[in-house]
Amino acid sequence: MEQAASAANVQTGLKKKKTQYRRYVPLLLMLVPGLLYFLFNNYLPMLGIAIAFKKINFAKGILASDWVGFENFEYLFKTSDAFIITRNTILYNLVFIVVGTVLSLATAILLNEIKNQRLLKAYQSIITLPHLISMVIVSYLVFALLSPETGFMNKTVLPWFGIEEGISWYTESKYWPVILTLVNFWKSVGYSSIIFFAALLGIDEEYYEAARLDGASRLQQIFNITLPILMPTIIMLTLLSVGRIFYSDFGLFYQVPMASGALFETTATIDTYVFRGLMGNGDIGMSTAAGVYQSIVGFILVIVANYSVRIYNKDNALF
Amino acid sequence: MKTESKGLEVFSNVIMGLFAAFCLIPFVLLISASLTDQNAILTKGYSFIPQDFSAAAYEYLIHRGSDIARAYGVTVFVTVFGTIVGVAMTTLLAYPLARSITPHRNLIMFIIFFTMLFHGGMVPSYLVYTQLFDLKNTIWALIIPGMLTNGFFVMMTRTFFQTTIPPALIESAQIDGASELRTLWSVVIPLSTPIMATMGLFQSIMYWNDWQLGMMYVTDPKLFSIQNLLNRIMQDIDFINANLGSNAGAALEQMPSDAVKMAIAVIGVLPILVAYPFFQKYFIKGIMIGAVKG
Repeated sequence: MEQAASAANVQTGLKKKKTQYRRYVPLLLMLVPGLLYFLFNNYLPMLGIAIAFKKINFAKGILASDWVGFENFEYLFKTSDAFIITRNTILYNLVFIVVGTVLSLATAILLNEIKNQRLLKAYQSIITLPHLISMVIVSYLVFALLSPETGFMNKTVLPWFGIEEGISWYTESKYWPVILTLVNFWKSVGYSSIIFFAALLGIDEEYYEAARLDGASRLQQIFNITLPILMPTIIMLTLLSVGRIFYSDFGLFYQVPMASGALFETTATIDTYVFRGLMGNGDIGMSTAAGVYQSIVGFILVIVANYSVRIYNKDNALF
Repeated sequence: MKTESKGLEVFSNVIMGLFAAFCLIPFVLLISASLTDQNAILTKGYSFIPQDFSAAAYEYLIHRGSDIARAYGVTVFVTVFGTIVGVAMTTLLAYPLARSITPHRNLIMFIIFFTMLFHGGMVPSYLVYTQLFDLKNTIWALIIPGMLTNGFFVMMTRTFFQTTIPPALIESAQIDGASELRTLWSVVIPLSTPIMATMGLFQSIMYWNDWQLGMMYVTDPKLFSIQNLLNRIMQDIDFINANLGSNAGAALEQMPSDAVKMAIAVIGVLPILVAYPFFQKYFIKGIMIGAVKG
């Protein structure tokens, strides 16, 4: 440092630039591993979108396969698959966003009413626990309940109501919207309620005190103080989830129904469709097309959602 | 007013108690089912209290003990190694991006940020990792694709550096002759333990629970993580049942297959249930940090 400084004193201009250069080279070097990772992990696959415009032929190799323009997309949108996977992805997400937000918010408000600190800690720990469990394990938990021959539902619950037949859960698609929604809430409501709870803790106690002096009941306080103060957080989180409405929780839709083909109608989402194609249980051309469709529509939605957040509150926008 | 507030608290406790029970009940069913005799399961199904206690499922699993031990080894290695490399990579990106003298840092930040908005998708990245890099059936396939770092981690860490580490502290370290790496290691990191611990914890959980990379890139049973082994054993049992059916030989009769399914899930989830009380404090804090910063 000192040497560089004295050298810069003797000679000017060029030398000064050189010291500056010397200062930030180590910083740039630090960036190299991470930037290389983003290059290979994120940017190269973006170029790979081009393969959706090829007729993939594994014998020829993927790069040498013929270009077919929009053929893969035409096939995809001619089948009912495109409609089913889009509908499922969006409808499930809408239910998860709307009902999930209400449940998490209610949980956070209830948590805030609990004055006993040890109980509060215990509730927090227990309701966030499901979020830690891998989807493979969750699929086993669901299987213990729904297994057609030995599950708790068929062997114990249904006989209570006089139904001895049992339901073949893993082949009857009509039950799955309810099952998957319940599993999703089981896994995520506790976790997201903590996010709202953190925001609740930030509310100044003075508001409540003033309200109490004016004789407001606890319920009135919740509706007139807590909820309005949380509104920006709620709106922001909701808009951001809307931006991701084209993406689904892959594990939930793939592992929990045990990848049962009979349940396609109500459990297939864009992500599981692409994965099946890739693993050879579907049409690879249509899957890649579905992947690109997801990337592009997903991108537009994120931009729109962020723009809406920006209009609402500039500070909360991502960009 | 006092009584109403009390009433609300009691109501909250009742609802939260029910919610907590709803979260725990599946685990009780799982553990109970794994400890039930095969014949009792076949007649009465899985139930919350073992009808006919038996540890046969665990005895069967001991025969596959070496598979299970190996799978645990794979999972532990992937989790530890992936988390260390990942946190290091994230930190090395976040620090220069938090320093004002780094040239083009807004451009670099945008390059990283853009990856959060636009994804190439599953198929192209599968092709990159199998055609360009020959990652199929290597341990690296369980560590590298998509898991080492991401835009969100980098942004969160960078924000933390910018908001909690005074620039004057960094400058004074460098006036004392510390290099950038030295400053990062001895000044910035010791002051950033909360964010490092949170990120490390979340990344470890991601690695521990991952099954998708194994399913996509690994067919060699030696490289199965515990999650992939769970998937495989389920398939094996179904395979044996489907192929041998009711005329199965003595081998199948002795295999308590329905209890085994539950026992392997217990083995898979037990480490998390045992470790959770020790890290739950940081986990909940981490969710809150994510909530505030994100």
